[in-house]
Formats: sequence, C-alpha cells, structure tokens
Amino acid sequence: MKNPSTEEALRVYEKLSLARLCEEKIREIYHLNELKTPVHLGVGAEAIGVGIHHATVSEGAKYFGTYRNHTIFLAATRNPHAFFAELFGKVTGSCKGKGGSMHLMSPEDGLVATSAVVATTIPVAVGCALAQQYRNSQALAVVFFGDGAMEEGVFWESLNFACLKRLPVLFVCEDNQLAIHSPIGNRQGFRSVENSLGSFDLAYSSGEGRDVFDVMNQTTTIVDRMRRDKQPGFLHLSYFRFLEHVGIGEDFTAGYRKKPLAKELDAWDPILIARERLSRMGVQSNEVEALEGKIRQNINSAVEQSRRDPFPPPEELMADVLARKMP
Amino acid sequence: MTFRDAINLALADEMEADPSVFVFGLDVDDHKRIFGSTRGLVEKFGPSRCFGTPLCEEALTGIALGAAVEGLKPVLVHIRTDFLLLGTNQIINMISCLRYLSGGKLAAPLVIRAVIGRGWGQAAQHSKSLHGMFAHIPGLKVVLPGRPQDAYTLLRGAIQDPDPVIFLEHRWLYDVDGPVEKDRPASLALNGSEVLQEGDAITIVTTSWMSVEALKAAEVLGRSGVHLEVVAVKVAAPLEVERIVASVRKTGRCIVADYDWTFCGFSSELAAQISEACFHELKSPVRRLGFAHAPCPGTRPLENLFYPSAVQIIRETEKILGLSAMDLSGESFYTYEENFRGPF
Repeated sequence: MKNPSTEEALRVYEKLSLARLCEEKIREIYHLNELKTPVHLGVGAEAIGVGIHHATVSEGAKYFGTYRNHTIFLAATRNPHAFFAELFGKVTGSCKGKGGSMHLMSPEDGLVATSAVVATTIPVAVGCALAQQYRNSQALAVVFFGDGAMEEGVFWESLNFACLKRLPVLFVCEDNQLAIHSPIGNRQGFRSVENSLGSFDLAYSSGEGRDVFDVMNQTTTIVDRMRRDKQPGFLHLSYFRFLEHVGIGEDFTAGYRKKPLAKELDAWDPILIARERLSRMGVQSNEVEALEGKIRQNINSAVEQSRRDPFPPPEELMADVLARKMP
Repeated sequence: MTFRDAINLALADEMEADPSVFVFGLDVDDHKRIFGSTRGLVEKFGPSRCFGTPLCEEALTGIALGAAVEGLKPVLVHIRTDFLLLGTNQIINMISCLRYLSGGKLAAPLVIRAVIGRGWGQAAQHSKSLHGMFAHIPGLKVVLPGRPQDAYTLLRGAIQDPDPVIFLEHRWLYDVDGPVEKDRPASLALNGSEVLQEGDAITIVTTSWMSVEALKAAEVLGRSGVHLEVVAVKVAAPLEVERIVASVRKTGRCIVADYDWTFCGFSSELAAQISEACFHELKSPVRRLGFAHAPCPGTRPLENLFYPSAVQIIRETEKILGLSAMDLSGESFYTYEENFRGPF
C-alpha cells in the first residue's frame, strides 16, 4: 500500500474534516429553520467522496453525485460559503439557491451534477465519458450512487452501454446496506454484486470505505486498471450511515436497524480512523486540533456571511428556464 | 425535396458544419435508416458520429444529456414517440431543469427526434404525438415540422439551439414533397407559426399532419366560397401566439385542429390563449378538434373515427357558420393506402 506524505495526508484530512464539520454545523443550526432544504447527511461516508476525489482530481475527472452530495461538493469546491449560501437559499449559493442541498453542483470545480432522483446521474456520467472518448480526452467520469441505485433499470442500461463502448467511467457504489429505511435483504434478489457484474467488461474492486487513505489506494489501483485495459471501472465500497436517511437525527430507535456498540461505531468513523493514521505518521494531536479550529472558523464565517447574503431577486424565478428569457 | 430527404439533409449539413454533432439511437445505422432519414450519415461521418445502440432508452437520454453538458451536440433518434417515453425520467427530471437547478451554469443543447406513427394498425403504442405533454414542461422546446422546408430549417435550428428540443416528425409527412431553400436562417424563434393559407371565414390552427387535412378542407370549402385561413403551429414550446391571434382577430372565428388528444391538451392551451386575447373579436366560441379520448385503435374503421380529419373540419365549419352540410361524396380525401402500405 502506498503511503501519502504527511503533508498530503494533512491536506486530505482537511477536506475530510471540512465535510464532517460542515455537517455538524448543519446539525447544530437546523432547528433554527433557516436551512429550508432536505438534508441527506453523509456522516460516515466522508472517506469515499474525499478519497476518490483526491485520487482522481489530477486526472481532470468530472464528478456526478446523488442527493447525499455534501462531501463531494466540499471536496471539489472547498468552499463552505457557496455550500451554506445554497442551503440558506441565497443567491450567492452555488446554484443561486435554486437547487438546495439535493442539487449542490459546481461544474467549474468538476462536480458537474447531482440529483435527487435515484440513479439519474448514472447515464449522464456515461454520456460525459462518451464525450471524452469522442474527443480523445484522457479525462475520467466518476459517478457516485448508493446500493439502492443498483435496483434501478437505468443502472444496468448505463453499465451495459459503458462496457460495450469501453468508456472511461468509474462507477462508485457507496454501499450502506440501506435504501431510505429498507435493508438490502428486503430489496435485492441477487446475493453478490461482484458475481452479478461478473460478465461485464469492466475493472471491479470492492472494499471498505472508512479509511480515506485506503480508499485513495483502491481508487488509484482501479483507475490504473481502467486505463490499462481501456474499460470502465466499478468500485464497490461499504460504509456505515450514522444518521437517518434525511434529516439530522440518529434513528436507531425506529426499529429497522439496531444501534451498534459505541466501539463498533467508532470503528466505522472515517474521522477517527484518519486521526489515528495521522498520529501514526507522527502528526501531533494539537496540530490536528489547530487545523480543525481553522476550519471551524471558516465555517462560522461562511454561515454568518450566508445569513447576511440576499435571497434571489424576483426576476430569478424565470431566469435560466431557457437560454433566453421568455416573456 | 421530400420531408424525409429534408431531415436527412439537415442532419448531414449540421454534421458537416459542426464536428460536435452526432446522431445515435436504435437502428439509426441499420439498412432501413429510420425511414431513410439517417441515410448516408455513417458512411460520410463514420461510426463515432452515427451509431446504433443497445435497447436502453432511458440511459440513452441521460447519455445525450451528459454529452451535451460536455459541449457535444447529440441528436437522439426514436423511431416512435411511444419509445421516447422510456426516457421521460431523464427528460423531465434532468434535461428540462438542469439549467435552472444549476443556476444557469449548465446547458443541455440536445435534440430528441421522434417519429409519430399512424395507419396500418399502429394502434396504441406506435401512434402518440404528446407534444402538449412535453410543452407542459418548462425548460423544453417542442417542434412540430409540417413541410419539407420546416423539417430542414427547424431541424438545423434545433441542433444549433442552446436548449433541449423535442422534434416530432409525422410518419405520413415523410413522403410529402415541397421546395427547400437551404439558406434560410435556421432559427426556431423565426418560425413559431406560419400562415399556410389566407382566408376570412374561420382561422384553423393546426399542428403536424393536421395542416394537410386543413388545407384539403380549405380547398373543398373554397370552391363554395368559404375561405378558411390556415395557421400552422410549428413550435409548440415556447409558444408564440401573435400570428394566430392576429388571424383570429381578423376572422372572428377559430377551430383548433390539433394532432393529439384534446382533454388537457395542447388544443386546450391554444383555445384558452386565443379566447383570452380575442374575447371581444370572437363571434363564436373557439372549437377544438383532436383525437378521440381513447387509446388509438388498430383497426381501420375505428381509426377513422379516432383521428380528426378534413371532413371534420368541414362539418365543424358548417356548424359554426350555420351552413347546411355539403355533399362530399365526390371529394377525394387523403387515404393512406394510396401512399403507405405499412408495415411501419
């Protein structure tokens, strides 16, 4: 396994921490009813978005996500103001407040589109990969989706097309074994993702998505295989969803899943794992705390700024429906 | 030039002019070439710019979007509008709203061509138009070419357009012949609707194949001194009603002859807009003709009852004007068997 330098590890940790701390901030202020947007928090999943983004961003990759997109948005933009302003519905948000939490996107930073209807960005990423092939570009399309998306027809349609055309697209299944509140055993008539994908012409790899540095290595390995064999890749990563499907709470008492022991929860926490890795590299905990303090400060000023920012003016209602505004 | 050749020429000319234009969809490169409309493209531009696909309409629609977002100009082809419906999740949930949701950062300049089938037992799943349903969705443009010149100019305009365009071609129009000038500006906005025939008795507003029926009705009625004005809607969305309103203000009467179901349909929208704009000029209520509110039947006798026709336009005109019914027994109306023996 390739180990990052301490400097690189800290840069990665900064992105990981930004995602976690932004979501903690959401949990802290959501009760004020200022963020009028359905939030699908990614606590527990941060290592996947950050690790894959970090490992592929130098390849000129284009990213496509779901409604659980906060991590990839913050990894791509590192801009908590564009993030919070969008959640506040302000015109300074990444989408002028018209998208909200479920549609955070920033094409200028490589995050092309995210979407609230399960599996809908999968074919769009395949189309993006087709465009790269069409133009002989070396860029990669990376699409994130959950295990539930594998039950959608368009997932299989897109996979088939990508494999047939040998397109440079990396499918990333963020597998938390849950679709909303339905466990995987109630939903899937197949037992193994790997076997189900077995006859498709693609590079497949599966593993855990809790250790960001490990995710980076898994990503680099599969992208190398994709490049070598000129075929799509499928990276299947497991993680633990700490919170409810939508909203800021835990929901272990809802009856559809049991609360793990504290020790088990800690073992699935990408932040604790990354801190442990940093400590083993010799990074002092006060250094990590200082970094987090700086991030918290940025987040606080982003929230304050977003509060002060204006809502979109009335003319924004009809702007950007079409290229030219219609009367 | 036939309508089919005009479509073909528009595709070839756009592909020639812009290397980012490509054409794809089921069977666009097979031996039949979508009724000849994609003829010669793969030979001239190669398989990366004209290719057949697996059967995966929803994915193809999303793929068109992904390619468009990356700056390519995809033309996705469906041999029937009914098959396009598998892509409606992408069309309505993604394509139509991505520009808006992204705060104007993304654009989806793509064209989805689909052929409206009719006759020889096409029945309920090979015959839809649904332009009203697509026009209902903000963020989409909907084009209904009626003549070879429209097919050429509007398809070029659609491909050059910065927004997503649903382009609906009636199968029976494919054999219609007409002049095509290549150097007309290819803009959607210039050609929202067109007065096909001037008259003073009643304004007939038409879509798609209904222009052919309306012109026939105008010819028959014209011989007895009743002159219909026929205005064809070529772009259903965004709808530009100025020409139509001007015509109805002149005639004071209007029949909307739409090629779709009337209930909650495009004809309802037209009738509402015309009625609001021409309330004081209208001498009688706006009437609507369209499909019977049933799935399209396969068998010919029921099909005859299902579709609106020149005869219906004539009878409706007589009712509005208080004329007695003409003897139409000597008239020769369009019957597809003269031109179209199926199977598709």
